[in-house]
Amino acid sequence: MERKTKINALDGKQELTITREFDLPLDLLFTAYVEAEILEQWMGTKVLKLESKKHGSYQFETTDPKGNKHGFSGVIHELILNKRIIRTFEMEGTPFGVQLEIYDFEQLTADTSKLSMHVIYESVTLRDRILQLPFAQGINMAHNRIQDILYKLNNRS
Amino acid sequence: MNLRRDVFQAIADPTRRAILLLVATQSMTAGAIAANFDTARPTVSKHLQILTECELLKQEQNGREILYHLNPDHMKEIADFIEPFRQLWEDRFNKLEAVMKNYKSKK
Repeated sequence: MERKTKINALDGKQELTITREFDLPLDLLFTAYVEAEILEQWMGTKVLKLESKKHGSYQFETTDPKGNKHGFSGVIHELILNKRIIRTFEMEGTPFGVQLEIYDFEQLTADTSKLSMHVIYESVTLRDRILQLPFAQGINMAHNRIQDILYKLNNRS
Repeated sequence: MNLRRDVFQAIADPTRRAILLLVATQSMTAGAIAANFDTARPTVSKHLQILTECELLKQEQNGREILYHLNPDHMKEIADFIEPFRQLWEDRFNKLEAVMKNYKSKK
């Protein structure tokens, strides 16, 4: 498996960068971020609103397996075609605050492109907590499976 | 750098997770660990080797015996916290790529 996505999160900083090279021409990569129906497909979210322009705003909504709805939203500060998007992002109803996201889109070759995301959080603590979210979920799942195995082992002897 | 990914591959295997649980409370020899499983001894040895290489287990010489115990420090490293986060973005971007390739061919 190739490690295409790189995360750079220095200790003690309230920001991080995410970079990824795509096997896609630049305009297609950019389109994935500005067209509502396409964004819905790869983000796995419902797009309630997406005004892809300077001073525009957006609202997404996902439904978890339990049927709970989660809102995500922000405003777009800058949008330069095939080049740059600057927007805010917020997970509504959570204590994670607002983050500032700077997306830079770059052409590598006629068929490949690169996305660099610079994300700035409200504090170092908030950044680290958001970084740990998927980790905590993963460990929780692994823990449940460990309990199942232990239960089987105990019942076998 | 591959080490980080390997940690999560290591705990993806049910036998290896069971081994981690066994040694969580006490240090054990390879033989004592193997006695808890139906699988062949060399298979258990292989699992121990992977867990040791990923630094989830530590070996400790105790007289003529080698004891295995958990290496709790390793899971605390920030690098491990980042890997699932990275994986989440990797999956998301892979999907983006797939969706756009499909979109391109339809155009």
